[in-house]
Amino acid sequence: MPPAIRHSTSASMRTGKILAICAAAWGAMTHQAAATEVPKRVVSMNLCTDQLAMMLAGQGQLHSVSYIAADPRASAMVEEARALRLNHGLAEEIYLMQPDLVIAGAFSTRATVAMLRRLGIPVVVFEPAYSLADVRDRILHMGDVLGRSAEAEAMVADFDLRLAALQQDVQTRPRAVLYYANGYTSGDQTLAGEILTVAGFDNAAADRGYGAGMKMPLEVLAVTNPDAVITSQPYPGASRSEEVLAHPVVRNLRAVKGAASITDHDWICGTPFVLRAIERLAQDRETLSGGAE
Amino acid sequence: MRVFAGLSALVACLFVASLLIGPAGIGPGESLAALVAGDRGPLTLVMREIRLPRAILAVMIGGSLGLAGAAMQGYLRNPLAEPGLIGVSGSAALGAVLAIHTGAAVAFALALPMAALVGAGLGVLIVMALAGPRGTSLTLILAGVAVSALAAALTSLVLNLSPNPFAANEIIFWMMGSLADRSMTHVWLALPFMAVGWLLLSRLGRGLDALTLGEDAAQALGIRLTHLRLGLVGGVTCVVGAGTAVAGAIGFVGLVVPHILRPVVGAHPSQLLWASALGGAAMVLTADIAVRMILPERDLKLGVVTAIIGAPLFLHLILKLRQERI
Repeated sequence: MPPAIRHSTSASMRTGKILAICAAAWGAMTHQAAATEVPKRVVSMNLCTDQLAMMLAGQGQLHSVSYIAADPRASAMVEEARALRLNHGLAEEIYLMQPDLVIAGAFSTRATVAMLRRLGIPVVVFEPAYSLADVRDRILHMGDVLGRSAEAEAMVADFDLRLAALQQDVQTRPRAVLYYANGYTSGDQTLAGEILTVAGFDNAAADRGYGAGMKMPLEVLAVTNPDAVITSQPYPGASRSEEVLAHPVVRNLRAVKGAASITDHDWICGTPFVLRAIERLAQDRETLSGGAE
Repeated sequence: MRVFAGLSALVACLFVASLLIGPAGIGPGESLAALVAGDRGPLTLVMREIRLPRAILAVMIGGSLGLAGAAMQGYLRNPLAEPGLIGVSGSAALGAVLAIHTGAAVAFALALPMAALVGAGLGVLIVMALAGPRGTSLTLILAGVAVSALAAALTSLVLNLSPNPFAANEIIFWMMGSLADRSMTHVWLALPFMAVGWLLLSRLGRGLDALTLGEDAAQALGIRLTHLRLGLVGGVTCVVGAGTAVAGAIGFVGLVVPHILRPVVGAHPSQLLWASALGGAAMVLTADIAVRMILPERDLKLGVVTAIIGAPLFLHLILKLRQERI
């Protein structure tokens, strides 16, 4: 077993461990030495693993991150990403970087991951974080994978402390709906849903039975009549998908209720940046309740 | 006249049904009260800003497509002429996509329908020029296939090159059409252009009737063919361009509706024009109600339903043509 793997606290950690062992086994079959050592040339090809790796990797350990990590709309670590080589998640370009470890997300192209494994490069696959507990797990897992467990544990301790400070009793919880392009919403058991709840809101979409990544028709949004509609940030170059966010119904709900929070790069990935999202959202809630009194 | 009354009643019923059906699940009495009374509550918002524009657009666009199909079939004396099939809708969609993704539509609201109009106009002109005034089915379809393939390819290209990550997924909207989440803004955007188109097309009736006797006979009856052609091109451009700009390209309506109604009104193109307008409105209303009832969570596209109804009829048309030839 690679010395880097020590934690086995939860089920998802065990999955992570199995994945890491699989990756290590692949490495052992092809790169004799690589598996047992701390990786020295790591390539990450997923926005969320990019950011965790940039936070935890040692000097010069991380060679490349995905180009999305350098997009300010999606990434909270643009400056750091621009200092590294950017990849586009293509097997060919990643193989030519000759990494001794590739970190991919569960939604990265399967074909690319399979191809890299066939070429003898160890690949560790990270599941996305669906909750704040998952965020802790992912940080620790990244620490294991990069051989930086001490740093990861320190980061988790800090995360727990800041999260505990944010937990507070809220008397009246305003009802909010997360509303994205094409009318998608986030219910319970999503990271965004949990950010909303910790920030002191009641997720009105979850109350109506909407789960993760479900479409909420505009009519249902209007009838739900939430206290706040939290929408995504529009991308440049207009699109019909985002047009729904400017529909009179959404505009009207937002205008009447005042608060117009926007989800941004802090919301997307399970990293400590979600705490910043919670802080900002909690401020918006206070403005909202202040205005209502 | 009985046909006219029947079709009007059908459109009226479907219009009311369209207003009453939706995912919000409000009772019919309550819905209509909220629509008329207007207390600015959530129900009024649903009725006035979501369902009413949707139903109005279905009537406007369906009527336009039926009218355009009947007019083109009458002028070209070819049952295959239809804005969707011969690429006029596709080129209108290209114009609309260009207006949206160059930012012109944001800078100037009317840029969207106007760009779609230019696209539709170019599409009509190219197809008519390639097929010729007495185009056979073969040349018409070949020209149409070429124009629609090119327009679809360029639309996809523009959407793929957009910096917006959602754009590429919208190819299906522009190819298949949808009325989901439209607002009154879209009604006002399309209405003026469509009204001009309706006026131009409705005046073609006498000319099209005369044309059934052949071009020489029509000219002898005092029909000026160049005027007729100008009216047709202008009218089709206006209605298809404006409709596509707000709802994407909806196919098969202009093909199926005149085909069904031709035996009902007798073979008079002038009668077929208004009958097809009503029939088209009924068909798009039905399709739009169907997409809301069959898979309400999935935002099924209108073109999917119209093609499922339209394609078998198209096949039937081909079989009939083959039998006639034998």
